[in-house]
Amino acid sequence: MKLNLKIWRQKDAKTKGKLVDYPIDGIDGDMSFLEMLDVLNEELNNKGEEPVEFDHDCREGICGACSLQINGEPHGPDRLTTTCQLHMRKFSDGDTIYIEPFRATAFPVIKDLIVDRSSFDRIQQAGGFISVNTSGNTVDANAIPIPKENADLSMDNATCIGCGACVAACKNASAMLFTSAKISQFALLPQGRVEAAERVENMVRQMDLEGFGNCTNTGACEVECPKGISLESIARMNREYMSAATEG
Amino acid sequence: MGILDSKIPSGPLADKWTQYKNDINLVNPANKRKIDIIVVGTGLAGGSAAATFAELGYNVKTFCYQDSPRRAHSIAAQGGINAAKNYQGDGDSNYRLFYDTVKGGDYRSREANVYRLAEVSGNIIDQCVAQGVPFAREYGGLLDNRSFGGVLVSRTFYAKGQTGQQLLLGAYAAMNRQINRGKIKAYNRHEMLDLVLVDGKARGIIARNLVTGEIERHSAHAVVLASGGYGNVFFLSTNAMGSNVMAAWRAHRRGAFFANPCYTQIHPTCIPVSGDHQSKLTLMSESLRNDGRIWVPKRMEDAKAIREGKMKPTQLSEEERDYYLERRYPAFGNLVPRDVASRAAKERCDAGFGVNKTGQAVFLDFKSAIERYGKEQAKIHGFSNPSKEKITELGEGIVEAKYGNLFQMYEKIVDENPYVTPMMIYPAVHYTMGGLWVDYNLQTTIPGCYAAGEANFSDHGANRLGASALMQGLADGYFILPYTIGDYLSHDIRTGPIPTDSAEFDSVEKDVRDRIERLMSGKGKHSVDHYHKKLGHIMWDKCGMSRNAKGLKEAIKEISELRSDFWENVRIPGTADGLNQELEKAGRVADFLELGELFAKDALTRNESCGGHFREEYQTEEGEALRDDKNFKFVSAWEYKGEPKDSVLHKESLVYENIELKTRSYK
Repeated sequence: MKLNLKIWRQKDAKTKGKLVDYPIDGIDGDMSFLEMLDVLNEELNNKGEEPVEFDHDCREGICGACSLQINGEPHGPDRLTTTCQLHMRKFSDGDTIYIEPFRATAFPVIKDLIVDRSSFDRIQQAGGFISVNTSGNTVDANAIPIPKENADLSMDNATCIGCGACVAACKNASAMLFTSAKISQFALLPQGRVEAAERVENMVRQMDLEGFGNCTNTGACEVECPKGISLESIARMNREYMSAATEG
Repeated sequence: MGILDSKIPSGPLADKWTQYKNDINLVNPANKRKIDIIVVGTGLAGGSAAATFAELGYNVKTFCYQDSPRRAHSIAAQGGINAAKNYQGDGDSNYRLFYDTVKGGDYRSREANVYRLAEVSGNIIDQCVAQGVPFAREYGGLLDNRSFGGVLVSRTFYAKGQTGQQLLLGAYAAMNRQINRGKIKAYNRHEMLDLVLVDGKARGIIARNLVTGEIERHSAHAVVLASGGYGNVFFLSTNAMGSNVMAAWRAHRRGAFFANPCYTQIHPTCIPVSGDHQSKLTLMSESLRNDGRIWVPKRMEDAKAIREGKMKPTQLSEEERDYYLERRYPAFGNLVPRDVASRAAKERCDAGFGVNKTGQAVFLDFKSAIERYGKEQAKIHGFSNPSKEKITELGEGIVEAKYGNLFQMYEKIVDENPYVTPMMIYPAVHYTMGGLWVDYNLQTTIPGCYAAGEANFSDHGANRLGASALMQGLADGYFILPYTIGDYLSHDIRTGPIPTDSAEFDSVEKDVRDRIERLMSGKGKHSVDHYHKKLGHIMWDKCGMSRNAKGLKEAIKEISELRSDFWENVRIPGTADGLNQELEKAGRVADFLELGELFAKDALTRNESCGGHFREEYQTEEGEALRDDKNFKFVSAWEYKGEPKDSVLHKESLVYENIELKTRSYK
């Protein structure tokens, strides 16, 4: 198929960027979206032009490196899908496709389609852990039974890949879905309850410091999340935050 | 013994590690604060090691090429992690895990290392649960297990099809706790380009900041390489796009011996190649073989009709299907080890029974499992006389709960519903058992330079069993390196900080800068990918699932020529003083072009078949691997001497005192 790509090109963080047209031909429906960009880059390379830089690594939807705002949607038109798992069969011959970086104050552009998501790391560093030493000298793994329902729900939250689609989808560039997923994972487990209050306070504080916006319950994050993290996690985080604030 | 001293402690197998820990030197907490450690790679091995070193009090610097440690490729491991907990009461024990691993590795791994791995396996699970890793549980609230290939017990712990992700996020969280305390400084989007030795000891690295292009010097008292495997030498593999051998290869060039490069794991259940545009291959977890049955049509004409789209696999009755693993290996059936399953698939496809357009695929079918689970659920939920549809619906529910994300991934890529039509799968390069040679301390032949996880060679012999990579990565990082490195560093308490303005750092930095300049000044005929794909073709055709002397000799010659062509004609657009992904790729492919040749040379030297290394000249009448214990019961450790063709082979002879060497049989 033939496509007209409009891709954001930006030399570095300081230079102003712009959309550039790249017509492309010979795209097969079985190609992934990133393989389509590989084809474009090989063409640019052959012409002696600089390829389009974009983040990607595992290409199986789990590492969270790939991003891209495709036709205005994080990870493109498909649901529960990362850009690397999006296939060209979702597009038609003659389509125009806008490809931009994830946009948020807390995700500054590094180059072209690559953004800096280290703000996510700093939120995790503020409290996204259980403070046990890694000696292995803990209690036996089966010493504390955990209801399957809670373990499963904890796991659902733990599947967050930290891609930032929730932020890119949100008109406020809020990171509440991301932050609440980690808080929920631990809040649902007895091991995580011990530091629950301190954790939620520290992580929310860092989230605000990074310049992410507030949640106004539009639910766009839930729709775009490639791992299907539920809006209920934000509600749980709010409850945790309220009870931490009143306890303190 | 030669110049390779494995430093295996004396005493009975089961007491070696305990005795070792009692005998080593310790560093007191105040002195640990004066000692720096560099960890390259932040996957399961590197992440867990870095967190533990920092927790003990050392100053740690971590390096990863990704934008966050959380994205290391350990994250993509799906099926599970083994541990000899015997929660199922099915006869498991440390000895049995040890035995299965040595046998699974086709008797080419070190007894003492493997036993230690089995010994600490239980602790890993305790540790991860304490860290909040949400493993799958039974309704009673206790941990669930499943089975993996090559064993007769259920010892695999899992978190849906995302076990690697959960364990990595656990290690990442442990790292974050130490970053928050200021004990780890994380250098993300940084790539190690070389190792610096001072007085023969590893004392630092030269790294490139991948955003600014700056070349940086970092010093430490010890350097841990946990930079993963080299499967991407095949271009197409299940590895991440960025996975590379650079850190290990640079260390090799500085004196670390490289062991068993030809031991590669070709994983049997991956999504088949669909076209020339393909950039990587996707694994479908081995756990699927718990419930999926592998087959091809019995009749060649049926296979042909399916290939041409004239027939659907569901039209074939049970009698018309050849469940070839169940037929050939009745004892282990669909759960034979990976190397055996892969070769069996290749054998059927080569014989003309392949089922996709290219003839390079077999079926993985869940029909029986859906029916079995459906009937069980109907009984549990009290449906009397359930309809066939109800049974299917209930059964699909269970299969979805167990493997839902894998089924979804398959559907996204192939555009077919695997609940209805059987999956098509084919073997693909997945893991490399070879790696830097290490002794019992996980130290390479360079003092102070350690290798952990997939980057070392030590535990899996010639074939790794499923769910053992996660176990080894975390064992090395959480429980082994923290002891062994302490013993080494106890001699460094008076050393003080290592300066980076020395002649040694000057010289290595110059080498790095020269190399980048040379890459940037290629004549510009072809892209990096052009060379990488060519290398991949040579490797897959001549060093893949089966090898022979003629092909290997050709491969050596072709790779060597391709390497010269690359250095003369590669084209890298842009500049080196900023973010440049083509330059990053070029450095990695340059190393693969050396490693690939050594790989072929190693395979040519090993005149036997064992595990993942199958030499066509050495097989039984039934087509099974034919080992030669008399002549090849050793680890091949290669010393760098300039060009791969000049590399010198050193042998570490393997001694089996606790296991009787047998022909591996899964019949």
